[in-house]
Formats: sequence, C-alpha cells, structure tokens
Amino acid sequence: MTGIIGRKRGITQVFRENGTVVPVTVIEAEPGCVVQVKNNERDGYETVQIGFFEEKKEKRINKPMAGVFKSAGQKPYRLLREFPMEGLAVGDLVTVERFQKGDTISVSGVSKGKGFQGAMKRHNFSGGPASHGSMFKRAVGSIGASSDPSRVWKRQRMPGHMGAERVTVKNLKVEEVKLEQNLLLVKGAVPGAKNSIVEVRKED
Amino acid sequence: MNSVGVVEEGNKRETSPFNVGDTVKVFTRVVEGDKERLQPFEGVVISRKGGGARETFMVRKVSFGVGVERIFPLHSPNIDRIEVTREGSVRRAKLYYLRQKKGKAAKIKEKERRI
Repeated sequence: MTGIIGRKRGITQVFRENGTVVPVTVIEAEPGCVVQVKNNERDGYETVQIGFFEEKKEKRINKPMAGVFKSAGQKPYRLLREFPMEGLAVGDLVTVERFQKGDTISVSGVSKGKGFQGAMKRHNFSGGPASHGSMFKRAVGSIGASSDPSRVWKRQRMPGHMGAERVTVKNLKVEEVKLEQNLLLVKGAVPGAKNSIVEVRKED
Repeated sequence: MNSVGVVEEGNKRETSPFNVGDTVKVFTRVVEGDKERLQPFEGVVISRKGGGARETFMVRKVSFGVGVERIFPLHSPNIDRIEVTREGSVRRAKLYYLRQKKGKAAKIKEKERRI
C-alpha cells in the first residue's frame, strides 16, 4: 500500500488531449517524512509512521511527542499516520511521486457537517405527498411493529446528526500528478470541505 | 496563487478577444477516421459564463429556419481559432431574448467604430 496525506484545495476541470473535459479535485500533498518504522518483533505488526505538515513552532509540541521526534532525529510534524509501506527507512520522504496518472486510489476524509437532519435527507426516505391536502410531508413514518417486539429495533434509521464523519471514496482515478507543486489531480469528487485533510491510498 | 489557480492557469490557452453580441466563426477540430479537418460554426455569441479555465460561450445561428445553439469551452484544445466577423452593439450580457425574435427583429446593431 502507498499512502499520503494532503489537503483538498478545491475542484476545477482539465482538458485531455482529445478535448474531453474532466472534472478534477486538486489535492495538495507536501512530502511526508518517515518518523518510525515498526516491525513484527518489537511492535507486533509492520508499518511505517509518517509525519505530515511540519510544525514550525516548538511550543506547540508536547513533551512526549517531542521525544518521539528527537529519537527519530526528525523535525516535528503536526500529524502522524501509519501506512504499511515497504522499503522505507527513518528520514525517507514520501511524495506525490509515488502516484502516477491512471492509478486507482481510495480517498478518505471527514465529510462536511450537515447538522441535525431529517430522515429524508439523512437516509433518503421518500416522505409523503407535498400537496393535495397531504398531512404527511417529511415525517419519519412508522418505526416498527406494535406489541411484538414492543420496542424500537437498534439502529432504526431516524433523524439525527449528519455528516462530519469519516468517509472513503474508492476507485478514484489519478488524472495528473504535478511534482513541482506537490499536486494530485483526482478525477471526481472527494469527501470534505476545502482545505480539509484527506488521506490518499493506493493498493499495490 | 492557490493550487486550484495554478492548475487552471496551466489549462488556459491564448484566445482571441470577443464580446457578447459579436458574430464569430468558431473553427473546431473534427477527427474523421484518421483525418482531421476544421469545421466552422458561425453565429452570434449570446452568452459567456464561468471564469478561469472553465469559461464557456454560447453561439446561436439560424440554420434552414431552425435555431441552433452550441456551447464551446473557451479554452478547449478542440477549438482551432475564433474569428470575429462582426462586432455587435448590445446592452445586455446574455442575449437569450434573441430566441423569441425572428427575422429583422433578431438583428443586432453593428458597433460604431471609433476613428
């Protein structure tokens, strides 16, 4: 697996050579630095821990984390993420170079918060007729049978808080990689608001 | 400049300036089999919308009594060139009202040239 953390910068469109317009999401992923390599003997699983978004102010790092960065001999980072990548040592950089045009990737992010929403928006319920004297418009409707079971089933879909949760979109395609600017152009939409942190993963 | 702007700038191409109300001839590249030829489409620009590399314009002409409108992406690589054949003088940004006009009423006044 190859993974990198970036920020969703927005959506635009690009032209292919034959003139086709492709909608793309621009993800800016600055190089991440390997801070720790975990192995089976010591940690029980194999992975590399990568730091993203360099922390410029020392006072923002708490003491335990400062120790981690000091023992690795690396600059402090705001975000640490683990990806099971192979052939990396402490201090190696992970850049967008690892992605190529046409790669199939998964992108995870925290979706936009929608607040408290009704069942129609939250669970795609159909609701009732809007006019002709209808008295059942957007309400939930029945939430189960009566005396048997005499209670509401667990996970019954009802109104409530929507969005602001981790969402993964699979099978997205990389449209273009801009190495100098550390940009990934991904065809289609990616969860999250502008400038939110997204995780890009590729299965090898 | 933000990263989206960087991407958009990279996608922009040089275009000849024209305005809404102008009569233009758009030459598009058409691939037939393995041959490529230029296909002209001449008509009045009735709207321009969008910004940056996403800008599009709409051209309207009346062909055999039937109104035909085509929307072109301004920066599309399929557009070879855009020639302005007549500059029009209009007071609106969108000329959708031309759809309801016929014959002489659908004519656009030519822009007066400054000497």
